[in-house]
Amino acid sequence: MSAAAAPAARRTSRVSSPPPWANKGLAVLVALLAIMLPLFFDPISGFIDDAVVALAYVIMALGLNVVVGFAGLLDLGYVAFFAIGAFTTGWFMSGFYVDANIHILTSGPVGTLPGIHLNFIFVLVIAAFLCALAGTLIGLPTLRLRGDYIAIVTLAFGEIIRVFAVNGDTISIAHGAKLTGGRQGITPVDQVKLPFLDPFTQLNLRPWYWFVLALVFIVLFVVIRLRDSRMGRAWIAIREDEVAAASMGVPLVKTKLLAYTVGGAIGGVAGAFLAAYLNTVNADQFAFSFSIFVLAMVILGGLGSVWGVVLGAVLLSFINNRLIPDVLDSVPGKLGLNFNLTDLGFGIFGFLLVIVMILRPEGLLPERRRQLELHEGIDSGESVFEARV
Amino acid sequence: MKAWANKWGLIVVLLALPVYYGIKDLADTGSLSHLGQNLLAGLSNGSIWALIAVGYTLVYGIIELINFAHGDVFMIGSFVTAGLFGTIGLGLTSGPLGIGFGLLAILLIAMVTCGVLNVMIERVAYRPLRSAPKLAPLITAVGFSFILQNVGLLWLGGSPASVPDLIHAQQDVFTVFGITVQRADLLAFAVTIPLVAAMTIFIARTKLGKAMRATAQDPDAARLMGINVDTTISLTFLIGGMLAGAAGLIYALYQTTIWFFQGFQAGLIAFTAAVMGGIGNIRGAVLGGLIIGCIQQISDNRIGTQWTPAIVFAYLILIMVFRPQGLLGEETREAG
Repeated sequence: MSAAAAPAARRTSRVSSPPPWANKGLAVLVALLAIMLPLFFDPISGFIDDAVVALAYVIMALGLNVVVGFAGLLDLGYVAFFAIGAFTTGWFMSGFYVDANIHILTSGPVGTLPGIHLNFIFVLVIAAFLCALAGTLIGLPTLRLRGDYIAIVTLAFGEIIRVFAVNGDTISIAHGAKLTGGRQGITPVDQVKLPFLDPFTQLNLRPWYWFVLALVFIVLFVVIRLRDSRMGRAWIAIREDEVAAASMGVPLVKTKLLAYTVGGAIGGVAGAFLAAYLNTVNADQFAFSFSIFVLAMVILGGLGSVWGVVLGAVLLSFINNRLIPDVLDSVPGKLGLNFNLTDLGFGIFGFLLVIVMILRPEGLLPERRRQLELHEGIDSGESVFEARV
Repeated sequence: MKAWANKWGLIVVLLALPVYYGIKDLADTGSLSHLGQNLLAGLSNGSIWALIAVGYTLVYGIIELINFAHGDVFMIGSFVTAGLFGTIGLGLTSGPLGIGFGLLAILLIAMVTCGVLNVMIERVAYRPLRSAPKLAPLITAVGFSFILQNVGLLWLGGSPASVPDLIHAQQDVFTVFGITVQRADLLAFAVTIPLVAAMTIFIARTKLGKAMRATAQDPDAARLMGINVDTTISLTFLIGGMLAGAAGLIYALYQTTIWFFQGFQAGLIAFTAAVMGGIGNIRGAVLGGLIIGCIQQISDNRIGTQWTPAIVFAYLILIMVFRPQGLLGEETREAG
């Protein structure tokens, strides 16, 4: 059994890890590189387009990581927050509600159009707030439950939100105004206009990139500070042993609900941004497979590991948006198979989930504590349920 | 108040839809036959969910894992069924005897295929992770669900495919109290009832069934008593998969359209059924399946098909709030 030898090797390698400043230096270097990156590409190149989407996914994965990675509550309905965040943009930043005539801190041509038009900064705040509220609501019925029941309840919530998004065009709320745009979508969405800057357009993607990168930095800061805070330690404690944590005085209800709240708010920000960037809020975006896509990013990168999740999100979104459709799409055809690689989209992600979980459950850039947890059960021979190969 | 809600809350919630529409029917037309028709269709449709739900419950009872890929195994069952129609030359022109024996053969093949598939999934994706944190096998289960869906997508394409209506599913057989029984209903009952009965007897009476019950109760002690736990778990997956395969055949003939996404929906509905009955409890799963079938039919017929998933999932959440142990379940470590 080579399985027993592998973790031992990993343990020794950890002893000779680089000095503590090396990690910080690396982070600064990566951040600088990320800031400079768009200068090397054409302002409307497909690369920057993919990068903007990838960074939005990074935000989402960081949010899901708070719930699944830190607090250990498997959330299979994370797409709900994407949906609610996106609809916030759709509702408050477009001509969707024609009868309303509300303009707050908007300028340019948008200032005279009918509909509700708020400044994008307000929309982001409202999205975060609404999703925090939704996160708390989703968390409430799961408080009495443990383990995989939580997964199913969150999945059910995600599906309910999707059903409402798809059929919302048949629900009128007031004066013929609809809840959602259904499959037609809410489009177009207002241009993003930030104070002191020109409006963002599709002709120059660099401002979008820098804006979402700034959001990523803010979210990273929040997430890292939370992880190292009292609350972060409480999350890790309930993840490792709920009963022990409760008896040590960790308030379970508050701790769990806060994980959902924070995770939801971050997802909402990403959703609102993506809706503004993609210029549409379409119900078909909010399928269950998107929840799994984000979950795959978190798992590939390493459950609970902030930097791992960033890496996982960037990798997977490039695989999904560039590698599979553009680069490798014709490979099966060349091998004599009559399908395109894009047809295998989610099968590949499913395969990835299985492979990562079996071969390297701690992900690419593991978090130390999580790694110990994930290998504890497998390597210790105390249970007869030990795998016999 | 809280004790009352725990005991009766779920039952009140479950009765809400049929009672409301029953009163409405009586007021509007003076008879209950419309509701009765809904309930009959619900029971026959629910027997498909019951067969799938039993698979969830068996697996959960023995290794405490939500076998997320189970719904997709059911989908593969439908696909195998539809594929075999062409292979053995069954068509709308075949004689009744040919169709009868042909379907029986296809039922067996579909059951065995799905059973073996389920065992293989357990072997590859769950067994290596049996002592890992529970999150791990659940994630591989989701992964396998996606792989199977992709297999279905490549097999028959992205849009629903139609299946030859071999048994003339919509043909009326007889009418009682204004409720018309169709062939599809009879097929569903004719396959489900013997299978569930056979499985119950197998688990209650045979030595292997006893081993399954022992392993479910305490795997460590079962192993000490000389039970081969790995084989027993494989057997559980085999039985669950076979029932899903049978459900796949009924579904294909009943709905006469199949597509790769049916397993996801059916899996969630059947899981709701299993939880409603009390997960780990076989009678509960069957009962839950039938109840969910009725709720779904009433919702399809009265509220609108597009809202049915939301209603079923709302029920799932209400069960979790009022009675996580389900209708027939005991308070468990997990749900209590």
